[in-house]
Amino acid sequence: MHKFDEMYDRLPYEGAGIRQHYQRYDQWLAKQPTEVMRSRREEAEMIFRRVGITFAVYGAKDEDGAGTERLIPFDLLPRIIPADEWAAMEKGLVQRVTALNRFIHDIYHDQEIVKAGIVPAEQIQGNAQFRPEMIGVQVPNDIYSNISGIDIVRAPDSSGKGEYYVLEDNLRVPSGVSYMLENRKMMMRLFPELFAQNRVAPVAHYPDLLLETLRASAWPTAAEPTVVVLTPGMYNSAYFEHAFLAQQMGVELVEGQDLFVKDDFVYMRTTRGPRRVDVIYRRVDDDFLDPEVFRPHSTLGCTGLMRAYKAGNVVICNAVGTGVADDKSIYPYVPKMVEFYLGEQPILKNVPTWMCRQKDDLDYVLANMKDLVVKEVHGAGGYGMLIGPAATQAEIDEFREVVRAKPDGYIAQPTLSLSTSPTFVESGIAPRHIDLRPFVLSAKEVQMVPGGLTRVALKEGSLVVNSSQGGGTKDTWILEPEGRFGSQSQSQSQSQRQGGGQSQTQSQSA
Amino acid sequence: MLSRTADHLYWMSRYTERAENTARMLDVNYQTSMLPQSAEVAQLGWQGVLSISELRPAYFAKHDAITPEGVMEFMVRDESNPSSIISCLKAARENARAVRGALTTESWETQNTTWLEVNRMLRPGQFERDPGAFFEWVKHRSHLSRGVTLGTMLQDEAFHFSRLGTFLERADNTARLVDVKFHAMGSEFFGATTEEHQEYDFYHWSAILRSVSGFEVYRKVYRDVIKPERVAELLILRVDMPRSLHHSLNEVVNNLGKVANDQSAETLRRAGKLLAELQYGRVDEILATGLHAYLTQFLDRVNELGGRISQDFLVPAH
Repeated sequence: MHKFDEMYDRLPYEGAGIRQHYQRYDQWLAKQPTEVMRSRREEAEMIFRRVGITFAVYGAKDEDGAGTERLIPFDLLPRIIPADEWAAMEKGLVQRVTALNRFIHDIYHDQEIVKAGIVPAEQIQGNAQFRPEMIGVQVPNDIYSNISGIDIVRAPDSSGKGEYYVLEDNLRVPSGVSYMLENRKMMMRLFPELFAQNRVAPVAHYPDLLLETLRASAWPTAAEPTVVVLTPGMYNSAYFEHAFLAQQMGVELVEGQDLFVKDDFVYMRTTRGPRRVDVIYRRVDDDFLDPEVFRPHSTLGCTGLMRAYKAGNVVICNAVGTGVADDKSIYPYVPKMVEFYLGEQPILKNVPTWMCRQKDDLDYVLANMKDLVVKEVHGAGGYGMLIGPAATQAEIDEFREVVRAKPDGYIAQPTLSLSTSPTFVESGIAPRHIDLRPFVLSAKEVQMVPGGLTRVALKEGSLVVNSSQGGGTKDTWILEPEGRFGSQSQSQSQSQRQGGGQSQTQSQSA
Repeated sequence: MLSRTADHLYWMSRYTERAENTARMLDVNYQTSMLPQSAEVAQLGWQGVLSISELRPAYFAKHDAITPEGVMEFMVRDESNPSSIISCLKAARENARAVRGALTTESWETQNTTWLEVNRMLRPGQFERDPGAFFEWVKHRSHLSRGVTLGTMLQDEAFHFSRLGTFLERADNTARLVDVKFHAMGSEFFGATTEEHQEYDFYHWSAILRSVSGFEVYRKVYRDVIKPERVAELLILRVDMPRSLHHSLNEVVNNLGKVANDQSAETLRRAGKLLAELQYGRVDEILATGLHAYLTQFLDRVNELGGRISQDFLVPAH
């Protein structure tokens, strides 16, 4: 099977060449003694602990018995993407997320795409994430997924060249953006010289864009909209991120108990009495939002919230019912959505997918399970899946019966050889599999910061990047070419070598 | 701001302050226990620590006798004791974590670092090697916590609720300390007759002063030998003594005024009245009516203020 590494032009690394956009970084890396890198890694860990960038693990205790908070391992080596590759990906992301939002709107209104015979009606009706409560409900700008996390992997095509594929769309409450921001902060703190030497596109304005998106998602009747972040509370595994985003945006971080609904308006309890809330960036799943409509015993949400929402007195971001579009059974239809709603060819590729609900596909999957990745349609977090090549015969046999019993619940994909990126592990620098989650913001316009969160499977050979299963993260660099914006201090050495001609021609043509 | 946020900030400060005062008390006892004195007197000191926090029954549920090791274990790292230093620091950090977004980065990191470090400081054997260093550390973390609040936080409601917590807790703790220490001396606390008694008195009163960092202050203010009624005056009535009741109430009233809302007028009035009594009080009057009675009703009123602040701001009914 072909392999693709982001930095080296072949595996193993010994004697391999360096890809163009990694060359400057490689020159720097070659000068770093291993002990320095090790001590930097310890420093990073200490800072992450102090800052409290942790996630909760239930039932676990650390060596001091201090409880249940864990760090997500941070890798010191950045993942680098050249700016032109990113530009193409960004276009593809805007297109894809726009189509997905059109799809959700369509599903809760006229269902044109079903009438056109593109998506089967039972795929909608039988979908646990379809919320009949949302039929006919208007949302601002017709945008349902305001914050979308699109998981992208790179795998070699038949010629061994790297190709990007969308692995999954996350349109409910995608998380991880705080790690993107903290990883960058950490890299700049540990290795400031790298940012002087390389033109890395900044990401720190994400909270600004997010706030802008949330404010632009308010109904026009709210002139100065009050935005809040709704968290399930401090024991939620993503609590750090909720608190971080609220703080960075300068808005209140609320829990369900802080909210109440009166006359179909939502208020929060403050030290100066009730205060109206216009936009809720919720990090609570649909099921827990309103005990009046969804799970009756939920205390994470707020009674009457759906009434206020339907009455157009509050905006919930992401909208209720977006899960209908990010489920693995709908995923295979996304390229067709792009064509149907936008009349365009999809820029981003899907991974070829067999839908076990279809007889032919099922037969193929059952017969070729050892070569496939089989996923539960509603599964998440790397659970409920079988990675054929890594599974024992017994596991495959067992899973075959599971799929046979409920074919609707499964899809299968070829085992992609996810690209690897050099990663600093105990034995030194070694290839580990990675993916990328850019965060796409939609309101009146669709925008994002360059890059996203790169997750890395730290176990040798592992393809699972989820933090709950031993995944770590890396800083992600979108690398601008040299001299694009005229000279800076670091371009001096280059202009000496190249006579400065390059930056001048470019600035003339710009 | 959110009532829940205010509540967490208020309690974060209260627990931090409580941990500090407990450390102060234990430290002074620990230091005085190294002086040549009768076992009875030392015993009295450790007993006092438990009485101040009303923890005698809880202590005896786990220990047979009052020993320095037993009391320190119980008051420092027994997590089943909600008033132990570890419990207070944990509660402070949990409250901070619940509202970390309302704190400045420095403020949050200070709380979090305290928590990460206390687990290391209390590893078996470590604390026993040098209890004094640990108590010193707790005090410093508390100083740092207050300092970082003052030095970095916007002086908005979040700030005022945090300060309210600090000073309401301090008023309570100082009042308890004075009450128990004076009570321990029984009716004899005015005027020792023998030389031996005088010497004992000196250590007793100077220990109280040291536990509130007041020994040097006393000398500076009174330029005199240590006399109990002046110790009482310093800790109750001096507005410029940062750990006195008067100073604490002054801060309570100030901060309460800044966060006033539609329903808090009565709370502010009561706090103001209590402050006025301290402002215009005289130590001979207080002693004439009985120090213990005076402090008991002071504690009741501080307690009541705490309840009213909760009602008015922190867990409002709708």
